[in-house]
Amino acid sequence: MTAQDISTSAIGGTTLALARFVVVVALTFLGLLALTFFIGRVIPIDPVLSVVGDRATPEQYEVARVAMGLDRPVIVQFFSYVRDVLTFDLGMSVSTNRPVAQDLARVFPATLEMATIGILIGIGLGIPAGVLAAANQGRAVDQIIRVVALLGYSVPAFWLGLVGLLLFYATLGWVEGPGRVSIFYDGITPVVTGILLVDSLLDGDLTVFKSAFSHIILPASILGVFSLAYIARMTRSFMLDQLSQEYITTARVKGVAEWRVIWVHAFGAIRVPLITVIGLSYAGLLEGSVMIETVFSWPGIGNYLTTALFNADMNAVLGATLVIGAVMIMINKISDVLYRVLDPRSR
Amino acid sequence: MREWLMDDSPASRSQAAAGRAYRVALDLLRNPLAVVGALIIAALILTAIFADAIAPDGPGGQFLDRRLLPPSSDYWFGTDQLGRDIFTRIVHGAEITLQIVALVAIISAPVGLLIGAISGYFGGWVDRALMGVTDVFLSMPKLVLALAFAAALGPGIENAIIAIAITTWPAYARIARAETLTIRNTEFIAAARLLGASHIRIITRHVLPLCTSSMIIRVTLDMAGIILTAAGLGFLGLGAQPPEPEWGAMISGGRSFIYDQWWVSTFPGFAIILVSLGFCFLGDGLRDVLDPKSERN
Repeated sequence: MTAQDISTSAIGGTTLALARFVVVVALTFLGLLALTFFIGRVIPIDPVLSVVGDRATPEQYEVARVAMGLDRPVIVQFFSYVRDVLTFDLGMSVSTNRPVAQDLARVFPATLEMATIGILIGIGLGIPAGVLAAANQGRAVDQIIRVVALLGYSVPAFWLGLVGLLLFYATLGWVEGPGRVSIFYDGITPVVTGILLVDSLLDGDLTVFKSAFSHIILPASILGVFSLAYIARMTRSFMLDQLSQEYITTARVKGVAEWRVIWVHAFGAIRVPLITVIGLSYAGLLEGSVMIETVFSWPGIGNYLTTALFNADMNAVLGATLVIGAVMIMINKISDVLYRVLDPRSR
Repeated sequence: MREWLMDDSPASRSQAAAGRAYRVALDLLRNPLAVVGALIIAALILTAIFADAIAPDGPGGQFLDRRLLPPSSDYWFGTDQLGRDIFTRIVHGAEITLQIVALVAIISAPVGLLIGAISGYFGGWVDRALMGVTDVFLSMPKLVLALAFAAALGPGIENAIIAIAITTWPAYARIARAETLTIRNTEFIAAARLLGASHIRIITRHVLPLCTSSMIIRVTLDMAGIILTAAGLGFLGLGAQPPEPEWGAMISGGRSFIYDQWWVSTFPGFAIILVSLGFCFLGDGLRDVLDPKSERN
């Protein structure tokens, strides 16, 4: 086999892997659509009744049923649902009277903003904590970090939010309360990215930026605690795996400084698996933000979802569920791809 | 008794089973966190059983002359907006929490176990189809999925349990499948097959029993998550309905006066944390004891 052949077959392999990847992603999305479609079907509220009202005659009811396409076979309904979703038509929201897709595009940046600051806090504290715990295995530092990490799995996010508000807003007055920005500044910043921290800077308005920052820091930190727990736990266990390997002993015997052994040798080896962990916890923050946003009246997708739940606004509920699921799948797939690109062994 | 339990050559199946249980218990006792966890869970169960004896007043009623009283020697955790003793309500809430975790486990563990075992045992397109469905469920955030199902089914504790169970089984199916794949090609399965055992018999009598220990670990570790999800649904008004003393719903009830009467929302939260931590500790301990592959550190 010539070099030429090898490189062509490598390209063929990559194309094949890419094609397989695309098919898997497409199938997962289709499954997700089937799931939300199914949830929409098990709903005990009759969708026709909610349109025509319960005083409608059987004829009116039938006309509406046909008009809504509910007389067609389920599989046909499913495919028309898939087609609608692919053209970004998620139906109308009963409560806001706007297309759900438009609503979601408006609220999503707020969630993204909070989750991003949350994950930065989680990475910034979680990784050093995990490394520290592993380097001091069995000692007091390790035990404390382990218990804190377990607390992250046992504390209800909404409760921590309420207690955080009580402590840091009502009692200490360090941060601002619920909402995204003080009402005085609400709506005065021109929307460019939808991310208020960025938009206010683009606008050059530091007072709005300060107000927005002091609103976001508490909910984002609480989100960060939850990703911190997971990141620290995984970092610790990855590090322990590495520190028991022989190359670490060799490095120590050679007289390499301990900080170098830990941060350069061992940590260098776990950077790639950590990417998957970070990806997973970033996606997990979307979930956490549902509760946190509700507590903090944060105008993001989680708050939109819970508000829609109360108004029995099923289109909005399913639309938000779909978007959160889709983002989660995407983050997972991206971290898969990154893992493959960065780790030569997985090729 | 001890000798009978530790016998190397047990005379009967029940002796072997009892001996194994005894050894697991001994190992667990050496793990302080697991003991703490077990004690918390035991306390939860006892509280649920003897709720009426511990807090004889009952969780309901209205006592408007003693609304929102701070914690005192009469009302340890204070009273809520209807004058109900919060300690009493937390004690009675133990039963609801226990009921939720038990029912979710009873529904989702067998379903996941069976689907995973069938998937791993038969392989091929059965495996691909079942795991495809499993992966779709796994790719969704649990809480959001449970919210959507609970919203579709309507509020109420039964529907909340169903919604949580629907989101819990896929993880169990994955584990059962992984275990089954390692068991499937072993010689004792081949021997059973040669003896003419049916697929059903092999799966139920030979494969499933070997999956149980990893399942027990996973279910225990999941309990914390189940409690948090149930409390979250209760908090949002989709789970247990007032006046049920469900802990999440109680936190929600005190939400509007958190700044002035902090105790109404705070104490039920501590109950949730304590019980979730208990399950985490016990699950970690069980993993160390039952799963020889896991590192013991």
